[in-house]
Amino acid sequence: MTAPILVVRNLHVRFPVKRGFFGRTVGHVRAVDGVDLTIRPGETLGLVGESGCGKTTLGRSIARIITPTSGEILYRDAAGADVDLATAPNYELRELQRQVRVVFQDPFSSLNPRMTLLQIVGEPLRNHGVATGSELEDRVAGMLQRVGLSPKYLHRYPHAFSGGERQRVNIARALILEPRLVIADEPVSALDVSVRAQILNLLRDLQDEFGLTYLFISHDLSVVESVCDRVAVMYLGRLVEVADTGDLYTRPRHPYTEALLSAVPRPDPRLRDSGRRIRLADDLPDPADPPPGCTFHTRCRYAVAGTCDVPGGAPVLAQTAHGHRAACLRTNELDLAGIEPDPV
Amino acid sequence: MTDLTSPAPLHEPGPPPEPPPAATEAAEERPKGTASQRSLVWWRFKQHRLAMAGLIVTGFIYLVAVFAGFLAPFSSSTFNADYTYAPPQRLHIVDRSGGDWDWGLFVHGYRSVVDDETLELTFEIDESQKIDVGLFVKGDEYEIFGLIPWDRHLIGPTNPDDPMYLLGGTRTGHDLLSRMIHGTTVSMSIGLVGVAMAFVLGVTLGGVSGYVGGKTDLAIQRLVEFFMSVPSIPLWLGLAAALPPDWGSMQRYFAITTILAVIAWTDLARVVRGRFLSLRNEEFVTSARLDGSSRRRVIFRHMMPSFSSHLIASVTLSIPGMILAETSLSFLGLGLQAPVVSWGVLLQDAQNIRAMATAPWLLLPGLCVIVAVLALNFVGDGLRDAADPYKR
Amino acid sequence: MSAARPDHDGPLLEIDGLATRFFTREGTVRAVDGVSLSVPRGATVCVVGESGCGKSVTARSVLGLVDEPGRIVGGRILWRPGDGDPVDLAALDPNSERMRRIRGGEISMVFQEPMASLSPMHTVGSQLVEAIRLHLPLGRAEAHDRAVDLLRRVGIPRPEERMDAYSFQLSGGMCQRVMIAIALACDPALLIADEPTTALDVTTQARIIDLLRDLQAQSGMSMLFITHDLGVVAEIADEVVVMYLGTVVERGGVDEIFHDPKHPYTRALLGSVPRMGAGSRQRLTTIRGTVPHPSDRPAGCPFHPRCDAAVAGVCDRSDPPDVPVGPGRTARCVLYDEAAVPASGVV
Repeated sequence: MTAPILVVRNLHVRFPVKRGFFGRTVGHVRAVDGVDLTIRPGETLGLVGESGCGKTTLGRSIARIITPTSGEILYRDAAGADVDLATAPNYELRELQRQVRVVFQDPFSSLNPRMTLLQIVGEPLRNHGVATGSELEDRVAGMLQRVGLSPKYLHRYPHAFSGGERQRVNIARALILEPRLVIADEPVSALDVSVRAQILNLLRDLQDEFGLTYLFISHDLSVVESVCDRVAVMYLGRLVEVADTGDLYTRPRHPYTEALLSAVPRPDPRLRDSGRRIRLADDLPDPADPPPGCTFHTRCRYAVAGTCDVPGGAPVLAQTAHGHRAACLRTNELDLAGIEPDPV
Repeated sequence: MTDLTSPAPLHEPGPPPEPPPAATEAAEERPKGTASQRSLVWWRFKQHRLAMAGLIVTGFIYLVAVFAGFLAPFSSSTFNADYTYAPPQRLHIVDRSGGDWDWGLFVHGYRSVVDDETLELTFEIDESQKIDVGLFVKGDEYEIFGLIPWDRHLIGPTNPDDPMYLLGGTRTGHDLLSRMIHGTTVSMSIGLVGVAMAFVLGVTLGGVSGYVGGKTDLAIQRLVEFFMSVPSIPLWLGLAAALPPDWGSMQRYFAITTILAVIAWTDLARVVRGRFLSLRNEEFVTSARLDGSSRRRVIFRHMMPSFSSHLIASVTLSIPGMILAETSLSFLGLGLQAPVVSWGVLLQDAQNIRAMATAPWLLLPGLCVIVAVLALNFVGDGLRDAADPYKR
Repeated sequence: MSAARPDHDGPLLEIDGLATRFFTREGTVRAVDGVSLSVPRGATVCVVGESGCGKSVTARSVLGLVDEPGRIVGGRILWRPGDGDPVDLAALDPNSERMRRIRGGEISMVFQEPMASLSPMHTVGSQLVEAIRLHLPLGRAEAHDRAVDLLRRVGIPRPEERMDAYSFQLSGGMCQRVMIAIALACDPALLIADEPTTALDVTTQARIIDLLRDLQAQSGMSMLFITHDLGVVAEIADEVVVMYLGTVVERGGVDEIFHDPKHPYTRALLGSVPRMGAGSRQRLTTIRGTVPHPSDRPAGCPFHPRCDAAVAGVCDRSDPPDVPVGPGRTARCVLYDEAAVPASGVV
């Protein structure tokens, strides 16, 4: 197996909770609470979970939009040397941020309305001194063409474009520096169904063409299944299960994964009322004060008192099968249901 | 301001490629594809009729302010003590007193009348006297833009010593029209200079507050709150009264402007801070940082343009406040003092009821204040509405 | 699926040729352009489509909630709550007494953003009590009891305590439950739900859908459910109305729509949804191009520039006919109009 492109070790991100007139810190939200994760070169790793589970924070820590509280983010650069993104000083970071790029979710707020496509997509080239003048224009035009936009649009402003086209601009901006790792944070959530498929296919084609590695953050399990090689499931700041996509979808080993999979509405009315749905309670525990033991036990239908709720007895991600890890104390006793393929 | 009001060149004509699907399902404005935000703002501004009218009036007033020396028949210090409270003269174009049509501008002279009861000396138009009036006549010397000396005036009596009081005379025998035109320069420039000072203070402190955040933000915000909590009129009065009486008119002018700016910067600082705070978390700003933009570039290239139109709107809206403040101070005799004339200084003459009964034209500077303030307010409102062309 | 009320004459709600336009400075936008659909008693009708298709405007037109500069310019919205004569909601003044009585009393609505729909200034309980007393002649204490009962019915644990909570203290799912409770306050005959689960997490969404289905089974109310999510449609619909650029392109029963789609747009839409369990790295079928802005609609069939089966010279010229393709089914496509296309073969 090739060496991983990114290794996250025991990563913590905490946000202070401030109250009162003087902004006193009364506690910490553990947005990311001890995550270990590896990303292999050339793969697409999916990161799924409900809103507030910390998946976006994890992605932003890797891009160093957020500085993590503790832990390591070891990135293996093109030369084969490991750098810790978590602690890299600013001058080093600038160089690393050429190789690790981000595609944001919101195609409307992520493009500066006062700049033309040429200025937006050319900005990274300009800032890193890669190209200027007509060379810059040529490269931007080429990149736009590659993501399916006509070079005629170079001098247009983002407001003239639809959500799907704006997302193509976002992708062009991320890829123009020829990065190695792309963090795509809900890149298709804001798009219409028919446009979503176009963007997903485009992302896949670009991956093959440029040999990219993706960290694909999404809450949509059907989209994740269709694009990801492996999937990591996150709950309350921790990873609860990591496995190959097929494995995870057909044989989940964590009750949370099972519940998530069962909740996805399937586009087939004949699957209705098949009794497969697991109902999770609506309320997520307070991330500033997570429950003791397994943090999922408050909503888990398999939780056993005295086993799952023991303080300090939180389960760790452990190997359950080859390439399949889950953080559940009872994983070996349970027979969890996965997805049955849609009858075609 | 000029670059905002001129539409930016369109880079490439033609229909937009694919119009955006409406974010909501409701219909949404659909601007042209290559129009920059500046032209979008301008288009929307043009739709605002009142604002356009305000813009034209404001432009006219500033033109008057700039070319005051040329437009005014006399200098602000020229007076003829023989004609106090001279009533306004009508400007005639044709003289038919001789029976035939005698074309040419002229006004009638005055004759003094002694009131039988009060024994007061008043003036009446004497239709038998004719004072020739010409365009581009030689008169008092002045300097265009304070540089080029010249002595031509748009309008004035052919003989500079003849009395001409188109809008009446003041207590001291000054021509009110001339003084109002000269006052325009002072009053309107105090608005601009004061706002410029407030702008620098407000943008710097607000920007630092919003961008740096943390303890700095806390400190600056407390400072802003302190200034906002001080009642402004007593503060102006106190500061203005504390000015040394022996200061020259120029010193006094700048001192008053500074006093006004010290109060006015707080609003701007709040606007700027708020914009910075909301923009700091916008994804395009995060993207700009990830694109390797330096901190300066993030602020000046990516953040500032996004709220420059809001800023211009706020600035425009704070000019009238300045003008009013100066007028009030001068009216109370605590602001500018002769020989400098401003509308407020001129209004001092209208303080007692007797003067107003005999010379109601002394209220005209007040009309100037009202028109200027309204026009600027309309422009500011229009700008504020147009500032965000992507929102409805 | 649920106990149908005795059928009077005709469906509960019948929209016939509804046209709603927005008169903007840039021109007229035909947001809804001749939409016909009907909601039978006790059934759930899903209106599905992408952004700009006019599904929300259709729903808002029913209640006279179209914002300026929009206006209903044609068609009828027949409302038959009882035995009497139907009321044409399109002809009612949106601010009239009658419309206000219908709105919230006979027809109520749930919106996409539960947090934004609730006032943060008032407790959940007081907003609920207010909604009840607006339409029902109840005293304060009775209304309070009814409110607690409603909160219990929508599955809120410890409803007595939650009466005093503010919206920001509740999760998104809880807020949406409260909104549903407010909508149900007066036992409406029709519930219009505009993307009620779009802002929610998948687990919460599943529970809200369950709740709506349970409530419908208990009360026998009808639902007009607006969504862009085909998975949600499959979960909840009895009948489906597919919309594209202000027109209804296909209508039919939920099973027929999903397993035997007729209109090329419906087929393409279904094809572009990733199938669960199909394995990773599937290549998705796409629809080329993007949805045009409603003010910029193509001539002829609005879908023809993106349609693989478009017939040149036909689809780009004239509006396609609404062809019946089965009992209670229509497709707005020339491919099914034998008169228009001789033997061109249905794809």
